[in-house]
Amino acid sequence: MKLITAIVRPEKLPEVLEALFKAEVYGLTISRVQGHGGETERVETYRGTTVKMELVEKVRLDIGVSDPFVEVTIDAILGAARTGEVGDGKIFVVPVEKVIRIRTGEEDLAAVTPALPEVVET
Amino acid sequence: MPTPSSLVSGADTAWMLISCALVLLMTPALAFFYGGLVRSKNALNTMMMSVAPLGVIGLLWAVAGYSLAFGQGNAVVGGLGHLLLRGVGVEAHGTIPHVLFMAYQGTFAVITAALISGAVVERMRFGPYLAFIAAWSLLVYAPVCHWVWGGGWLATLGALDFAGGTVVHVNAAAAALVAAAVLGPRRDYGRQALLPHNVPFVLLGAALLWFGWFGFNAGSALAANGTAALAFANTMIAPMATLAVWMGLDLLRTRRVTAVGAATGVVVGLVAITPAAGFVSPMAALILGAVAAVPSYYGILLRSRTRLDDSLDVTAAHGAGGVVGALLTGVLATAAWGGADGLIAGHPGQVGKQAIAVLATALYSAGASFGLLKLIGAFVPLRAEKRHEGLGLDVAMHGEEAYTSGEGAILVLPELAAPRPAAVAVTVPVGGEA
Repeated sequence: MKLITAIVRPEKLPEVLEALFKAEVYGLTISRVQGHGGETERVETYRGTTVKMELVEKVRLDIGVSDPFVEVTIDAILGAARTGEVGDGKIFVVPVEKVIRIRTGEEDLAAVTPALPEVVET
Repeated sequence: MPTPSSLVSGADTAWMLISCALVLLMTPALAFFYGGLVRSKNALNTMMMSVAPLGVIGLLWAVAGYSLAFGQGNAVVGGLGHLLLRGVGVEAHGTIPHVLFMAYQGTFAVITAALISGAVVERMRFGPYLAFIAAWSLLVYAPVCHWVWGGGWLATLGALDFAGGTVVHVNAAAAALVAAAVLGPRRDYGRQALLPHNVPFVLLGAALLWFGWFGFNAGSALAANGTAALAFANTMIAPMATLAVWMGLDLLRTRRVTAVGAATGVVVGLVAITPAAGFVSPMAALILGAVAAVPSYYGILLRSRTRLDDSLDVTAAHGAGGVVGALLTGVLATAAWGGADGLIAGHPGQVGKQAIAVLATALYSAGASFGLLKLIGAFVPLRAEKRHEGLGLDVAMHGEEAYTSGEGAILVLPELAAPRPAAVAVTVPVGGEA
């Protein structure tokens, strides 16, 4: 099992979700985050106050998947979130020690969605 | 319009001073109505598309627009006699000071131009937008205003337009329809749900529009008299009827009454009663308001199923509402209430005159708008860049955000900003994530 954490542009979120659902990746959590990557700074002015916005709005997706789904998930995110400009975000894949579904107490492979490796088509 | 008199009336002047302020309020009200309907990343840009005309169109009105609309001219356009407001002083125009009449009409020019923005929000560049409405105001609004109210050919024909159903609403809607088509749909249109980001703003805007519309319609009597009172009552009753019917249609279709629907219904009712306000009985206004709900309601549903991204439904609300209002004015007007006799009073010909006014205005406005947009588009791109559309036009066009927490904002001190913000002490996180 792996935990895939992706940081994407907020305006790309609908497309990313669509791509993930098409790839049958249904279980995920999103959060609104702010971050700093290599983007050129943005200057904003409010009356006499000029500021450089160092943090950029991003959306973070956390997805727990079984190993056969790692590439599928990454491909879906890459395909949907890429614009080619600085600031498209990152994908992190980290190993997961244990997953427990709260409702049933199921663990590990039984607890990630989709649960069974045999439904994998790609 | 009342016959000219050499006397300025104190009562009329008092009412028209208030009316003028009321109509001016409608433009910021429109900013809230439109601003609430768009996504939060475009809220300021959308509101600025209504606020900026207060400056640009207001200025042009004083310089040249008023003269082209109301100066002594021919049947098509006013002359240049009042250029730079020459000859516009405190002398009587009707029963109010001439300068007040000019100011009052200026508020109409401003909101008419701002109405167009509803069709192009979330994708049009700000500069070309301003260039377009500025040119449109002088080349389309001023002449059409002259046709109907400045003694032009539609006035001679006898077309009835009490407060601007044709001059303001049909005129702006035709330009909006063309602008939406020329610009093309937003990139996310039809692919993502584009939801209103602040429905309370929409209701606030509709409420302030209604309030201001009393000045728009009842003020169009240009006097504090019975006609003003009639227009006032009609401006209250017609939108009430539209709102009631609109809620009923919502209920029938989705089993729920919606707030965005209610706000839209009020505006449609106000649009529809505008040409008729001082010409029809209150009961006729009630019928007019109720009937006007139907074409606009289904027009909006129909439009959202097409690729025509008239984003905030200017065509369905102001176009359909304006056409229905103009035609029903020809049906319901009676000389006894102040207008000419219409169809129900035995003069079906009035409906034909109304139709001619609507068609001529819509065709001229649409054609001229197409030409102006193509002309401006030949020099500068009309549309925002793809990445700007994704980022949101607030940041891209104005360098501001409507709702910012201020997190990550680093103050640029003036002395550093002047030459070049070279070595501002910024701690860039090293090895941080995206």
